[in-house]
Amino acid sequence: MNTALNIALPKGRLGEKAYSLLKSSGFSCPALEDPGRKLIFENPEKNLRYFWVKPSDVAIYVERGAADLGIAGKDILLEYAPDVYELLDLGIGKCRMAVAGKENFREPTGQTLKVATKFPNITRNYYAEKCRDIDIIHLNGSIELAPILGLSHVIVDIVETGVTLRENKLQVLEQILPISARLIANTASYQFKEAAIGHLCRRLQEQKEGSL
Amino acid sequence: MNTETLWKREEQAVFALRSLYRHYGYTPYKLSRFEEYDLYVRNKDFLVSDQIITFSDGSGRLLALKPDVTLSIVKNAPDEPGVVQKVYYNENVFRDYREILQTGLECVGDLGDYEIAEVLLLAAKSLSVLGERFVLNLSHMGLLTAVLESCGLTGREKRRAMDCLRRKNIHELRNFCEGNPAAWEKLRALAQCRGGAEALAQVEKVLTTREERRALEELRWLWQLLEGSGWGKDLRLDFSVGSSLGYYSGVVFRGYLEGIPTSILSGGQYDKLAGKMGKRCRAIGFAIYLNALQDSGESALDVDTVILHDGRTDPAVLTAAAEEAARNGSVLVCTSLPKGRHGKTRIRFEKGVQVE
Repeated sequence: MNTALNIALPKGRLGEKAYSLLKSSGFSCPALEDPGRKLIFENPEKNLRYFWVKPSDVAIYVERGAADLGIAGKDILLEYAPDVYELLDLGIGKCRMAVAGKENFREPTGQTLKVATKFPNITRNYYAEKCRDIDIIHLNGSIELAPILGLSHVIVDIVETGVTLRENKLQVLEQILPISARLIANTASYQFKEAAIGHLCRRLQEQKEGSL
Repeated sequence: MNTETLWKREEQAVFALRSLYRHYGYTPYKLSRFEEYDLYVRNKDFLVSDQIITFSDGSGRLLALKPDVTLSIVKNAPDEPGVVQKVYYNENVFRDYREILQTGLECVGDLGDYEIAEVLLLAAKSLSVLGERFVLNLSHMGLLTAVLESCGLTGREKRRAMDCLRRKNIHELRNFCEGNPAAWEKLRALAQCRGGAEALAQVEKVLTTREERRALEELRWLWQLLEGSGWGKDLRLDFSVGSSLGYYSGVVFRGYLEGIPTSILSGGQYDKLAGKMGKRCRAIGFAIYLNALQDSGESALDVDTVILHDGRTDPAVLTAAAEEAARNGSVLVCTSLPKGRHGKTRIRFEKGVQVE
């Protein structure tokens, strides 16, 4: 049986931040720090194995057991609702999910609201709670363009600093919820690698508290 | 040929489990593939998936391809004092447009403590039949319901709290309980509970109501009984096991096999379902999702010997060679190897002569 802990990291800035948190907590993997085209990085000494995957795929790797653990943004967890344990809020990659629209936007309360987003499920749930009739326009990128070109009334998207919004004369209208990176675990792996996962969790928690 | 290799893992499991359940006096229960759709609409929350395949029969009745077995068994369960029906089944159910092989057992009727313990023991035994290393997580819906009730939460808040428990999400539970320290103390104890008698003792410290304590007592004696039967090392108390609040009333459990990325066994005591069907009987059972076993253990080599020939070899020569090879395993005779098939050893005939 494979006893190593397999950890899926999201490619990009969040993944790098997450890895440095893992490294400072004692879960380093020197192979990962060498640039190259390898896909999987092992540290046999510590019985660890890392791999980079597309951020929105982390939850799938973990849910299906290809990875025991993963780092995923809360946005991904809410959007795909994978059946995984959510063990820790890492407190990194902080941003918020928000409704944004043009400056001086007035909601057309008598009409169906057109909402452009990369997150159709989060959007649907948010407006369903408010019983608001909406038309979801599912886009894969450059969401900010939609209200400017009149494709949608508003957008539901991740807002980090708000600079992109401001530069395009858009503003946050409503905050849906705060987002940050979470440590997730495959539910079956948790049963059989409980000690190793528990140890990693505690170390990360200590590291996180120490850095506050 | 070794006959064991002919059985797929899920087929071996079906036989082993059938034998186990028969040993305990459970009788087979064969269901029709169809059931009136109405039964599922009325009990939608009980189902794992709401994607039900429906169609009308000749007289216009709306039927469904069975997405679940339990509902049908409970619908037909005995409702007389002193009568208990013990059945097992092995059925294909239809969920999300997929056919899923499911086996399991249900014990319904005038149940006592013995039956509850027996079903839990059979759950542990079933897992031990399926694999060497397994874990059975044990929780109690009665306890969860009583705790949520005593925390003074609304229906929506209860669902959120259950969701946090299910995901072992303590950080959001803490945010959620802000301003309600009593709820936080209890829910945190449940979220952190993992293990055996010590873990249960930790939970006991924070309980305040009689319902909570009564449920905990039930968990305690069940734990002691299972531990006494030698299952202690495979058993964990873990309140991430929970289900929709409306159906399950007592102990709930979920089993995992090493090497399989999802839970393979799921069950519990669901008296409330029987109650909703207008019955006074109690019910407990579990299902095992045998499809999960399919992923593991298929060999890359699908045949032991491949005999290739050019079509000009005497069939008698080929027959003799095939017979010889078949004595030591499987054999495939062909002129060229079909794509995707692989043999361990290869014999080749050209113009009637063996050249390889």
